[in-house]
Amino acid sequence: MWNYARRDAKTWSSAITGLTLQNEDKSATMGMISARQQCRLYRKREQSMGIIQSSKLTFEYTKKDEEGNIEEVKRAVDGVDLDIHPGQFIAILGHNGSGKSTLAKHMNAILLPTEGTMWVGGKDTKAEEYLWEIRQTAGMVFQNPDNQIIASVVEEDVGFGPENLGVPTLEIWDRVEESLKAVDMLEYRRHSPNKLSGGQKQRVAIAGVVAMHPKCIVLDEPTAMLDPSGRHEVIRTVRALNEVEGVTVILITHYMEEVVWADRVFVMDDGKIVMQGTPREIFSQVETLKAYRLDVPQATLLAWELKHDGVDLPDGILTMDELKDELVKRICQ
Amino acid sequence: MSIKLEHLNYIYSQGTAYEKQALRDVCLELRDGEFVGLIGHTGSGKSTLIQHLNGLVRATSGALYVDGKNIYDSSYNMKGLRAKVGLVFQYPEYQLFEVNVLKDVCFGPKNQGLTDEEAEERAKKALAQVGIDENCYEQSPFDLSGGQKRRAAIAGVLAMEPEVLVLDEPTAGLDPRGRLEILGLISRLHRERRITVVLVSHSMEDVAEYVERIIVMNKGSVMLDGTPKEVFAHDKELEQVGLAVPQVTYLMRGLSELGIPVRRDVTTVEEAREEIRRLLKRRETCGQAAEGQ
Repeated sequence: MWNYARRDAKTWSSAITGLTLQNEDKSATMGMISARQQCRLYRKREQSMGIIQSSKLTFEYTKKDEEGNIEEVKRAVDGVDLDIHPGQFIAILGHNGSGKSTLAKHMNAILLPTEGTMWVGGKDTKAEEYLWEIRQTAGMVFQNPDNQIIASVVEEDVGFGPENLGVPTLEIWDRVEESLKAVDMLEYRRHSPNKLSGGQKQRVAIAGVVAMHPKCIVLDEPTAMLDPSGRHEVIRTVRALNEVEGVTVILITHYMEEVVWADRVFVMDDGKIVMQGTPREIFSQVETLKAYRLDVPQATLLAWELKHDGVDLPDGILTMDELKDELVKRICQ
Repeated sequence: MSIKLEHLNYIYSQGTAYEKQALRDVCLELRDGEFVGLIGHTGSGKSTLIQHLNGLVRATSGALYVDGKNIYDSSYNMKGLRAKVGLVFQYPEYQLFEVNVLKDVCFGPKNQGLTDEEAEERAKKALAQVGIDENCYEQSPFDLSGGQKRRAAIAGVLAMEPEVLVLDEPTAGLDPRGRLEILGLISRLHRERRITVVLVSHSMEDVAEYVERIIVMNKGSVMLDGTPKEVFAHDKELEQVGLAVPQVTYLMRGLSELGIPVRRDVTTVEEAREEIRRLLKRRETCGQAAEGQ
């Protein structure tokens, strides 16, 4: 049945192409925007297609009573358009229940959109035949490391993913070694995961995803349960994967300090993306963020308050080092 | 209510291959009405320690006195202790189970032997304290938002009217506003009802802002114990055990190391703001400091 649907989709798309081509002749005479131009734009978009893209992505949770009648429909994601390029470091902020995790679960087809489309590596997540490819393109890391580790030895846990992908045994060992190296956990390869600290467990979970050679890693609050050093370890690992290996990173977090390294920040509220920009652009809007139940890094907050006191400081200071340099300038001028 | 720990040791799986000493000769006194922050890296013994406070875990050796009575005496009323010391675990919302919010909060007081009416009265009071609206009473606890669930779960412990409230990372996984709401609630309970609070936290900024005394655990022992200012003066030691000092403290130390005369013991944003304002008013001092170096 699915195949029919696919074929339909194909004929549908070729019909559209036919339509545009027909229109092209008309537009030449009617003075409309050239359809050829449109076509070219479309092709260009396809070539430079982002690794994660969505168009009007909507997801509704439906609550049914015992008889199966719909009691309540909750729109968790509401018309989200995304275009994330390979190699980018994206951070997603938003209060509890704003739709971040629901959106993230669309990025490796754990959830499928109620309306709209999500493309991962150019593949529509609704197409069942691409499911494995999609899951290989985008790996996910969740909040609680204990829920993600399944084996009794670290290296076996890391090998679980590639083994499921049907990778030959010798290559699995190579991948395990390289992934554990990437998260700086190689010396623990024969350890039992339950003896590790939270940060170490979370790095093993990341290695398990890295071993599947994903182009993109989606991390849903990976540091929420960790102590300061664990948080630091995980964020350093994630940044290294992004900067050195060029892996696209999508980081969902409630810690504003972790966001300052991102290329781009999305702020979600009520299922929609309500703000987006560089960390500096986002964090210069202290009051708007507070209205969305969010916060700014402590350095940004202090700078903002000092600015209110009449101290001449630039907007959107992100780190204590930046603030220190600015203050030194003011004090020693 | 005061709690005194004397030479407390706890060993997990004693006599097996997995034997691990989680607490090592812990001596502490928690005084009546104190607001204590308990910090330490994962595995430092914080959670084991707090589970001793209401007798959930029995020490391998040592003594624990509550109001002068050793709880390990065979005649000690353990059930009474659990009503006096309320323990809020990590992710307490996972323990919500009843069909509606009100019933869930009634569970604790009913187990204490109160009548349905008394329990309900207590539950309503506790729900009001945590800011959960009356029209949520009949809702399933699972339909509440993340922050509300957490607050409902805390209400479940408050309804038992404990004299000591122990919370294990009550803000983990909450958004910044939710974090503020929970910390504000705890701080208000401490202020208004004068209950003793023990707050386990991984956020140095939060403990600096709210608590009066910080206890630092490392490898099962008490490493530091003092006011936030005293404890955060030990930045190097804290970093060595996987902890840190608050962000603003790093800023002020950085400025101080450049020869700028600022206080090094600042731990909150508010203090830092005042200190920098004061400094900017007499900025010529910097030049003098630079000459003096």
